[in-house]
Amino acid sequence: MENIDMELVRRLEDKAADIRKQLIDMTYAIGHAHLGGALSMCDIAVALYYHFLNFNPKAPKAPDRDRLVLSKGHSGCLFYNIFADLGMYDKEELYNGYNRIGGRFGQHPNRKYIEGFEASTGSLGHGLSIAVGMAFAGRMDRARWRVYCITGDGELNEGSNWEAMMLAAHHQFGNLVAIVDRNRIQGNGWTEDTVALEPLASKWESFGWEVRVIEDGNDMKQVVEALAALPPSDPVERRKPICLIANTVKGKGIAFMENEPKWHAGGLSKEKRDECIRLIEEARRARG
Amino acid sequence: MAITWDFAEMLAKESARDKFMLKLLELAKTNKNIVYICSDGAPVGSKQDEFRKLYPEQFIEVGIAEPNAIGIATGLALSGKMPFVNAFGPFLSLRATDQIHTDMAYNDVPVRVIGTHGGLTSGGGPTHYTVCDYAIMRSIPNMTMVAPSDANQCVKLIEASLTYPGPVYIRVARGEEPLVYKDNDYEYVIGKAITAKEGKDATIIGVGIGVYNGLVAAQQLAKEGIDVRVLDMHTIKPIDTEAIVKAAKETGVIVTVEDHNIVGGLGAAVAEVVLESGIPCKFKRLGVPDVFAELGTPEELYAYYGYDGNGIIKQIKQMLD
Repeated sequence: MENIDMELVRRLEDKAADIRKQLIDMTYAIGHAHLGGALSMCDIAVALYYHFLNFNPKAPKAPDRDRLVLSKGHSGCLFYNIFADLGMYDKEELYNGYNRIGGRFGQHPNRKYIEGFEASTGSLGHGLSIAVGMAFAGRMDRARWRVYCITGDGELNEGSNWEAMMLAAHHQFGNLVAIVDRNRIQGNGWTEDTVALEPLASKWESFGWEVRVIEDGNDMKQVVEALAALPPSDPVERRKPICLIANTVKGKGIAFMENEPKWHAGGLSKEKRDECIRLIEEARRARG
Repeated sequence: MAITWDFAEMLAKESARDKFMLKLLELAKTNKNIVYICSDGAPVGSKQDEFRKLYPEQFIEVGIAEPNAIGIATGLALSGKMPFVNAFGPFLSLRATDQIHTDMAYNDVPVRVIGTHGGLTSGGGPTHYTVCDYAIMRSIPNMTMVAPSDANQCVKLIEASLTYPGPVYIRVARGEEPLVYKDNDYEYVIGKAITAKEGKDATIIGVGIGVYNGLVAAQQLAKEGIDVRVLDMHTIKPIDTEAIVKAAKETGVIVTVEDHNIVGGLGAAVAEVVLESGIPCKFKRLGVPDVFAELGTPEELYAYYGYDGNGIIKQIKQMLD
């Protein structure tokens, strides 16, 4: 796309590097986090929260906000850092309240504790149904807001996703966008070795969705292009709901974590933490 | 105390399924937040079909996909709507348990689930019996589990649910069941047992059809000079601890009656309260004895497993001997 705003791309790339560093620092501070999938979807989440999503951290429940349902709840740690960075709470509270009695920050997010989340998730394959329910509500209210649902790829093993896909296509929602974080690794290993998902795009298409593939979902320019190209959200227009399949790399940005199933979740020593920060800063410098 | 029918002279039956749909049709006219969600459940000519025609924007047919129904209801509730999900109880309570637990209850949203074909009323055999719902819903935090004792009470429950916070699971039978209450002006509060009959020699605590069966037994026993209290424990959770403790203290004999597995349901809930109260009390659970139940009509099965009127009479006499 010729009209791409490269200044925006650079700004979001910078922010994504900041968030990756904060994620690493949090993991070091608290001892354990689901890093792999958080790093793979980091660029998309940053593009959404720092530009595309109608979301005001000072009024996270504003009625006209866009809704984002995080179906892959185990990536909640990424959002914890984004919300902290947006000033919704300070990092001390996050570090002290992560996975602790009385804390607000679990391995999987609770919407009642953190206002930025639209739904409490964790058990996989639930988010898309919830998002479809929201799309129904938006249509009933003739609201302009859009519903995004970010799913993992491994969680597409769950049958409930396909129930939701069928229904969403049947009702032709013009206010619903699904984003698949296609990092190709699930808890056990490669998705294609576990239960093959491919041809994934044609599966979604055959279920009645318009599929747009982001060849590299960790390339901010491509992410910005794809999100900018979405048609305006429309509560009444009947069209195929849109699925963005974003090809990403699990552990993206940290060379020794990339495409390594064991980095689905883990902790970091001081040395590893320093190495991660160095890798992120090197990549930032290399981009210029 | 609510006024009940004398079953020797009155055997009117009504369907809670029909009654709650009539109520929802009435409510949806003015309350535009009400959304009715069903799972392949609106055949032509049905009241559900009427709802679809009258209020198409407030009607969602999800097809045969109960987990999706609960997820969608949750998304609607998170957006300020008041969804009522209606489907077969066995599939809602078992297949959609994860969604009920995580979407509805953990998110703590006011979704109302109405599971039909409760207990052994379906006629469809063990795949279509609902005998685990009390146990499952009771063990999920934030959940309220209610089973009205007749069709008119179901209407009162729907009304009460409109202002009740959090998720609610409502269980009704497949078809018509006897009316328990003669006068429907009694006060109905979710979580508060109703004394359907006073008594001092023993207490029958029933839920759903267990209340009717209990009253049949109590009315017969009264003729024989045995004065039995009947509590309508329509709310399994939160259970009315006060009414149970009072019954244990004042009558010393409790029999629970439920169209549900005796494991984990009403009987278990009452037993927990009685035991923790420290009050000595004879106690017996009647219901499905932890088996995949036989085939037959509900009435045949209640008799077969000993929780119809006669079975309850036999049990009470044994305990009072």
